[in-house]
Amino acid sequence: MQQLKMNVNQKEVILNVEPNTLLVQALRESLHLTGTHVGCDTAQCGACTVLMDGASIKSCNVLALQAQGSHITTIEGLAQKDGTLHPMQAAFKECHGLQCGFCTPGMVMSAVDLCTRHPNADEAQIREQLEGNLCRCTGYQNIVKAVQMGAANMK
Amino acid sequence: MGASDFSNLPHIGESVRRKEDYRFLTGAGQYTDDIDLPNMTHAYFVRSPHAHAKVLSVNTEAALKSPGVIEVFTGRDVQGDKINGLPCGWLITSTDGQPMKEPAHPILALDRVRYVGDHVAMVVAETLEQARAAAELVEVHYEELPSVVDVAQVSAKGANLPVLHPEAPDNLCYHWAIGDKAQVDEAFKHAHHVTKLDLVNNRLVPNAMEPRAAIGSYNRANDEYTLYVSNQNPHVERLLMTAFVMGLPEHKVRVIAPDVGGGFGSKIYLYAEDVCLTWASKKLNRNIKWNCERGEAFLSDAHGRDHVSHAEMAMDKEGHFLALRVHTNANLGAYLSTFATAVPTILYATLLAGQYKTPQIHVEVDAWFTNTAPVDAYRGAGRPEATYLLERLVSRAAWEMGMGQDEIRSKNFIQQFPYQTPVALQYDIGDFHACMSQAQQKADVSGYAKRKADSQARGMLRGVGYSSYIEACGIAPSNIAGALGARAGLFECGEVRVHPTGSVTVFTGSHSHGQGHETTFAQVVAARLGLSVEQVDVVHGDTGRVPFGMGTYGSRSISVGGAAIMRALDKIETKAKKIAAHLLEASDVDIEFKNGEFTVKGTDKKVTFGQVALTAYVPHNYPLDKLEPGLNETAFYDPTNFTFPAGTYICEVEIDPQTGVTRVDRFTAVDDFGTIINPMIVEGQIHGGLVQGIGQALLENCVYDRETGQLLTGSFMDYTMPRADDFPHFEIGHVCTPCTHNPLGTKGCGEAGAIGSPPAVINAVLDALAPLGVKDLDMPATPHRVWAAIQKASHA
Repeated sequence: MQQLKMNVNQKEVILNVEPNTLLVQALRESLHLTGTHVGCDTAQCGACTVLMDGASIKSCNVLALQAQGSHITTIEGLAQKDGTLHPMQAAFKECHGLQCGFCTPGMVMSAVDLCTRHPNADEAQIREQLEGNLCRCTGYQNIVKAVQMGAANMK
Repeated sequence: MGASDFSNLPHIGESVRRKEDYRFLTGAGQYTDDIDLPNMTHAYFVRSPHAHAKVLSVNTEAALKSPGVIEVFTGRDVQGDKINGLPCGWLITSTDGQPMKEPAHPILALDRVRYVGDHVAMVVAETLEQARAAAELVEVHYEELPSVVDVAQVSAKGANLPVLHPEAPDNLCYHWAIGDKAQVDEAFKHAHHVTKLDLVNNRLVPNAMEPRAAIGSYNRANDEYTLYVSNQNPHVERLLMTAFVMGLPEHKVRVIAPDVGGGFGSKIYLYAEDVCLTWASKKLNRNIKWNCERGEAFLSDAHGRDHVSHAEMAMDKEGHFLALRVHTNANLGAYLSTFATAVPTILYATLLAGQYKTPQIHVEVDAWFTNTAPVDAYRGAGRPEATYLLERLVSRAAWEMGMGQDEIRSKNFIQQFPYQTPVALQYDIGDFHACMSQAQQKADVSGYAKRKADSQARGMLRGVGYSSYIEACGIAPSNIAGALGARAGLFECGEVRVHPTGSVTVFTGSHSHGQGHETTFAQVVAARLGLSVEQVDVVHGDTGRVPFGMGTYGSRSISVGGAAIMRALDKIETKAKKIAAHLLEASDVDIEFKNGEFTVKGTDKKVTFGQVALTAYVPHNYPLDKLEPGLNETAFYDPTNFTFPAGTYICEVEIDPQTGVTRVDRFTAVDDFGTIINPMIVEGQIHGGLVQGIGQALLENCVYDRETGQLLTGSFMDYTMPRADDFPHFEIGHVCTPCTHNPLGTKGCGEAGAIGSPPAVINAVLDALAPLGVKDLDMPATPHRVWAAIQKASHA
């Protein structure tokens, strides 16, 4: 076991983790932040996407100890304290960008990162940038629409 | 209430934003793996690495000594406790009158494994890591046997093939047929032209984003089991598990399907893992969680499609269809999954009339056992296979006859309803021409020539493909399904519980795993009772809370589940009118109910729904001598017919002849789903279905190695899942001919996209490649396949 200090959703946390513990395991199992999902075992689906120091990462593909000293934002940390949704979350609801909801946390986190990097992305760029996130329900069309609306409202 | 009155109510036809979204968007959804029970242990399954082998011994000694291990269960343990194998829910009878071959499907293998991934042992340990590590130490001695995985291979006459089950010495489960062969043969004799086609409907892996998961739990205090499971129909799961497998009374088992991350058919079935966890939770008196890994899901989830067919269409000289003749070989996999046998028969052959007045149809189906994962319903289930065959054949017929793809379809469309097909179904209503003409308009067919010229100028090939599908949804009525071999009823149940303060909880036997029932069903109830959508909550997925249910599959939720709720609402309205009549000192026949208010005909006397609800639970001024207190009604609804959504899809592709890369440039879908309650949700269902259908046509393919029986496409690295940049923006349109036999006028929309789109895409690809001499191509039309087809044609 090794000590891991990080800031998760604006809270300092200290955990004892094994060297082979994945970040997603630390989030789900130790911190009970079960909004971050595991949809595959090859880092393809993106359901586990979180922000690490502001950039999106697949938390199934990062050891917990690699997050030492970093700031992590999960889907649970995106809305305001009073429950008001982040513009990207609100856009997903408004545009029906989710169905079963399983890929949604990862999709929203990727979308937030995408809009931070490319605030003026067009439809083709958004589609290309979402390559790392699989959704089996929505056919992506309303996700693309949501990202466009979210991007506009994040400005 | 009739369908036309219903469609005019407030909230109906409104794109109400989804009530369920907040929890999913904030990480508060609760999927099975998110549930953490005290005293939890973890299960890991030992699976066969071989496609076919004898199991000589299973030695668990070393695994049992491994740290944290609580128990290792094998097939002998299951057998010792008299746990039966998994049942098949649909009996198909062969043409010779014999029942289908129904070999045992053991919960854990006994002396034989029959596919890579077949379940052999279950290790239970304190942690998942410990269970996984110990699974490596379970020593299974196998004697490998030759395997057969391919339906073309297994159906080849005279081949010296391994036998999977002694009950089926030629690996044939059944030979089934429908239609009048003599009449079809006669019609073919008089044909002006016959179009023939061989085609493959490629095998698919459903891949819901949430892998299967389950938790078995046992309560010693009341001898009750609880199974949490990622499942589409918890009551069916319970019925199969208790009555057929474990011999338990149903009231001692509760099945909870909490938030479920997609199903697409693959979570309809009772799986061996679900039984193992439930059974072992009592033996160990511990809660046991199992979460399927993605690689494991590829191996062990029921797969979809996998047909090889030959089809022939006889036509007169004007292109009218005279008769259709089809033979299909269907791969069922190693064992019969819950509804496997119905898919290539009842759900497939009965749809081969399509939208056309083909007077004679004869279909023969051979269904085979192979050393592959079981095959069962996957989004569309039989109907995509039927549509792909028929719509490919029809476009090819058009090209051979020198007609347009639209022309040949229009010429043969059914125009009068009800229409009895020669393959058992009776279509109640539709307007196929309206769908076609709207699709052509939205697809800007008139601008096609210019777009084609533009593509040519850039060295690209452009093609257009049509598909006009029809599907039978609801998978009911029960008596017809029963006559066709269903071993279950196929009704639905709904309960409407009005609370004293006027808010409502609805309990439905349908299950939502993305479809948005919590919103759509709330709209139905709010519309009827004059409430806001926020005042209505929908509960589903729990046999402990919902009276009964048959679940969600076959696009049945709104048409069957919603209709059950409508029936319960009728009862609520009838009783509420009596209470209102008492309060208003009038006769209940004079009471009218509209917009949440009860009025006495011809007067201005009124009382609100809220006042009536309160009176029902605080019956101080109440006709207690004639009426029970309370306002809570349950109804069961069994439809009188299937529903028949139909539509026309038009696809335009652009192909780079240098690389074979095919890009879907435009896609238009016009569907007739009857009444639409929430257009936003319906369009979302179409988008999702289209991506799965286009995915099948261009990207997805499940491949087993013919020599070794190993699954070659066992991960997201090998199996091409559709991604956001594989698609254009879809154009969607609707035609509405309300269903004539349910109170909502709805037809169901969950599967249409996946049913209608594959032939539209392949027809477009073939249209684009026609100038190069390419006449045929199987799905998926990958760049390699397209390029190879171009090369072959150019060297022909």
